[in-house]
Amino acid sequence: MKRGAPGLWAAALSVYAFLYVPLAIVVLFSFNDSMLSAEWVGFTTRWYATLFADQQMLDAAANSLFIALSAASLSTVLGTMAGLAMARRRSAWLGGLPLLVLGPVAMPELLLGVSLLLFFRQVLDLTLGLLSILIAHVTFSIGFVAVVVRSSLAMLDESIFEAARDLGASSWQTFRHVTLPLIRPAVLAGFLMSFTLSIDDFVITFFVAGVGVTTLPLQIYSLIKVAVTPEINAVSTLLMALTLTLIALAAKLAPDALKGRL
Amino acid sequence: MPLLEIRKVSRRFGDLKALDDVSLSIEAGEFFTLVGPSGCGKTTLLRMIAGFDEPDDGELLLDGRLLAGISPEKRPVHTVFQSYALFPHLSVAQNVAFPLEMAGVGRDERRRRLAEALALVALTDKAERYPNELSGGQKQRVALARSLIDQPRVLLLDEPLAALDAKLREQIQGELIALQRKIGITFVFVTHSQQEALALSQRIAVMNQGRIEQIGAPAEIYNYPKNRFVADFIGTINLLPVEVREAAADHLRLFASGLGDLVGPPAATARPGQHGVLALRPEQVGIVAGVPAQELGNHFQGRVRDYLYLGDVTVYKVALDNGVIVEALVANSLPGPTRFLERGDPVGIAWRRDAGVYLHD
Ligand SMILES: Nc1ncnc2c1ncn2[C@@H]1O[C@H](COP(=O)(O)OP(=O)(O)O)[C@@H](O)[C@H]1O
Ligand SMILES: [Mg+2]
Repeated sequence: MKRGAPGLWAAALSVYAFLYVPLAIVVLFSFNDSMLSAEWVGFTTRWYATLFADQQMLDAAANSLFIALSAASLSTVLGTMAGLAMARRRSAWLGGLPLLVLGPVAMPELLLGVSLLLFFRQVLDLTLGLLSILIAHVTFSIGFVAVVVRSSLAMLDESIFEAARDLGASSWQTFRHVTLPLIRPAVLAGFLMSFTLSIDDFVITFFVAGVGVTTLPLQIYSLIKVAVTPEINAVSTLLMALTLTLIALAAKLAPDALKGRL
Repeated sequence: MPLLEIRKVSRRFGDLKALDDVSLSIEAGEFFTLVGPSGCGKTTLLRMIAGFDEPDDGELLLDGRLLAGISPEKRPVHTVFQSYALFPHLSVAQNVAFPLEMAGVGRDERRRRLAEALALVALTDKAERYPNELSGGQKQRVALARSLIDQPRVLLLDEPLAALDAKLREQIQGELIALQRKIGITFVFVTHSQQEALALSQRIAVMNQGRIEQIGAPAEIYNYPKNRFVADFIGTINLLPVEVREAAADHLRLFASGLGDLVGPPAATARPGQHGVLALRPEQVGIVAGVPAQELGNHFQGRVRDYLYLGDVTVYKVALDNGVIVEALVANSLPGPTRFLERGDPVGIAWRRDAGVYLHD
């Protein structure tokens, strides 16, 4: 084994510190037994109790969960279909599909937020609320699902789908018995990613939420405009834990999806 | 009535004629091989039989029934793909039973036929394995069992041995012949290897640039190639430029410039004055040190240009007086180390009057 130069180690450590120390501080102070986030007083879980007694916060969380689940489900279905179509790029016009689907992924969030707002207000004449947030979230999630599904298909020998037809499977049986089982991990990973993107989203939601409806990130933002309370640290910690868990799960599913089976 | 009939089939991809007026008929129970260089249209033809492609012109009939418009899953035809195309998420048993499951065959019947199919390819003990745990030869056998379990009328095999190493390929060739004889299902086998075609088939169709050049039994194709492409593609062959002097019912008198007169077997198409080649297999050409015996009919002088020792045989390249190089094959049948004629040695070569085939230009 080669050992890295000490300088490299130090550089790597400082990058990780830069990334994770602020997060660690949030987690730490969510257990701090003091109203002020300045110094460590002692361990407590009372901010979590406060959090779960805060009706506004709970309403926001319920909205977030509802939107995330619905948006993730919808984008998974639509994104999987797009991914399948992209993998079968037989016709010329499907060649442009990857770019179209990935557009929202690469677009600056601010731009997407503004354009969706204009679209909902000027074109659809939609009242802003849960539905507009849901549509917006689906818009930026589809691309992620499509890409994961497509790359899982790209790893497969294309002739297995013909083999299925050749051996007597109808198109539906081929999808049901061959395609779906093989892309299932990718579909699941796509769902988890969409869920995470939706539940964490602030910028786009901010534009399309309207006045009546609030989500968790919006609620946190409206609170810190006043002051950073330990309760905000607590909700951030929970959100962070959820996000990290889902991302880790998705990362485990997607690249390792077919390992040991190919 | 032939089992499978292909009538005047053509298929164009843009400007390219992948199949050009192809006609052939295959009898039930035959081991039929399509052989030709890569890109000559073999896979295109197989895909049409399987139902993945349709001809631009012409028609295909199975058991006298037109195949047009019948989708792949409804044709009693299966394919063994070059990549085997095993389902990676299914075990060997599940892969092999796949056609029965799709057809909704009952559980007991399925189990019985699965056991039979696995036994047929000697994979009973690997039933629970997954494709990634199998060797190339085993995957090949799974693909075979999977395609044979519901007894198709025709089995299509698209270069199924190309991915295997030479030793295994030879062994599986033997197994394939035995298997086909045992089950009696019609095999349509595709290969670019003329050796494989000769070894396996009852009949061969030699293809080139989308056309069929010749159809016949292996020995017929090897000994009586119809044209220069077939002569050249199947085995190795010497092509000696000649001019026809006299076309008799039982022989040809030919003239090779720089060499002189020679005698060849009769050819219906030969006319005096015509130019062509005498195609001679290396094993039909005898080689001796010094002056050759006269009784064979055709004998000439030359010098050894080069030789290739292959163990069982040695191939000599002999430069004749007129500059033409002729290959002669000598069996190393004497015990002990082979003694070679050295490069530059003067030699005589000779062949029988009835050896070879005359092919006009
Ligand atoms: N779908 C296709 N589109 C365009 N050209 C094709 C297609 N399929 C085959 N070809 C061309 O047709 C010719 C015959 O191909 P193929 O039947 O695969 O040859 P073989 O199997 O004998 O190697 C090749 O030149 C190939 O490039
Ligand atoms: Mg081919």
